[in-house]
Amino acid sequence: MSTTTAPAATRALNLSRATATATRVLRQLRHDPRTIALLLLIPCVMLLLLRYVFDGSPRTFDTIGASLLGIFPLITMFLVTSIATLRERTSGTLERLLALPLGKGDLIAGYALAFGALAIVQSALATGLAVWFLGLDINGSPWLLLLVALLDALLGTALGLFVSAFAASEFQAVQFMPAVIFPQLLLCGLFAPRSTMHPVLAGISDVLPMSYAVDGMNEVLHHTDMTGTFVRDVLVVAGCAALVLALGAATLRRRTV
Amino acid sequence: MPETPAVHAAALTVERGPRTVLRNLRFTVQRGRITGLLGPSGCGKSTLMRAIVGTQAKVTGTLDVLGSPAGHPTLRTRIGYVTQHPSVYDDLTVRQNLDYFAAILNPGRSAAARRHDDVTRAITDVDLTSHADALAGNLSGGQRSRVSLAVALLGTPELLVLDEPTVGLDPVLRRDLWALFHDIAATRGATLLVSSHVMDEAERCHRLLLMRDGEILAGGTSRPEAGGETPEALRTRTGTDTVEAAFLHLVDEAAAAGRTKETTR
Repeated sequence: MSTTTAPAATRALNLSRATATATRVLRQLRHDPRTIALLLLIPCVMLLLLRYVFDGSPRTFDTIGASLLGIFPLITMFLVTSIATLRERTSGTLERLLALPLGKGDLIAGYALAFGALAIVQSALATGLAVWFLGLDINGSPWLLLLVALLDALLGTALGLFVSAFAASEFQAVQFMPAVIFPQLLLCGLFAPRSTMHPVLAGISDVLPMSYAVDGMNEVLHHTDMTGTFVRDVLVVAGCAALVLALGAATLRRRTV
Repeated sequence: MPETPAVHAAALTVERGPRTVLRNLRFTVQRGRITGLLGPSGCGKSTLMRAIVGTQAKVTGTLDVLGSPAGHPTLRTRIGYVTQHPSVYDDLTVRQNLDYFAAILNPGRSAAARRHDDVTRAITDVDLTSHADALAGNLSGGQRSRVSLAVALLGTPELLVLDEPTVGLDPVLRRDLWALFHDIAATRGATLLVSSHVMDEAERCHRLLLMRDGEILAGGTSRPEAGGETPEALRTRTGTDTVEAAFLHLVDEAAAAGRTKETTR
């Protein structure tokens, strides 16, 4: 008999079940090539657009382009995860899964793995295009850009998973995007440096994770080596992702009304 | 015979919001038999099934399943559960759906061969071999509910909880599925709890539990330890020819009893 004792199976993260979940999520996406194409192409098209919008001021393109490389994965993974999780809840597959020996951590890790992998491809394409073809001028290593982008994607996945618990329909889930993402977008320093904002808004921006994602990108933009600020930014984004993932896990209930 | 019944309930009550959906139920389900849970839509069949598989919140009273309290983690591999609406991934093929759920039940590379056999057998069981590589979303409603059933058959569960598995199927398929249920009970020794709001399906069950308005109308009241009533016993007791007539008889009887209670109050 290969049956493990159930408490151990549900408490600890089971890597096989997590990878099986990740495989399943990616297989679902593979049957939907248009979504994959949109996910991968839109960031590239936007960067291309931006490059020629700021044709006369390459410095502006550098700043905004680098920030967007951090923002894209967050937004797309937020949207994809919130819809995917909502579908899982409404189709009854979540209830079925939680009646099986699947730990909540396995499910969340599976989603994080699948969308993390997708985010790596997305960010690699966008970063590659920006750095090598559009002349995005960064002082640091493109690998560090990719690292921040991956953490942003995980943060987006975490936020999407969390808010999907409060959405009863796809309409509501999509409306959470402006509610959760737009304020962060306005306050993250993309439109105006955070230090020049009204002190109250600057204070708020200090506690929003996207601010650190954008700061991290700008650190790579301006510094050749890994700065202490960069390490702080990365840790904050990673910590927020882990925290929100844990909150998301708490919204998955085995017993529901 | 195993010492404990498959399901044992006493003073089982379930609340959903302000409403009491199941009221003070007392019944047992015998092992190795097909027990039909019959009653009109909205009478609490699905809630009772969700309580048994451990996905229903706010359950009070006693509810033991296969010797453990309902919802106990060790039960998760021992119960197969089919929800009323097919819960499968529409954007995966039949085989991919089953592969995934099999990997949750039997994880790890060492179980790969066993998983493959399990999946193939489950697809054959529900007669979907020719559609194994079709997307679940492209199948008909009946075919999708059979995919959902196939998922529950993975891993040879001891108890199968099937919520209206034959609704909307054509008569031939319904007959075949009931033959499959009997085969599973006879050769695999599994217990089946099958709900339906179609009374003529009752004749195909070994034992019956009749429900109405969150209460057990027959099969749980007189001798709950017996594990439901047989269709014959029910017809004989009520002096009727069909289970449907027996159900109506019991409803009228309960209504009459309710009226006298009302007037004496």
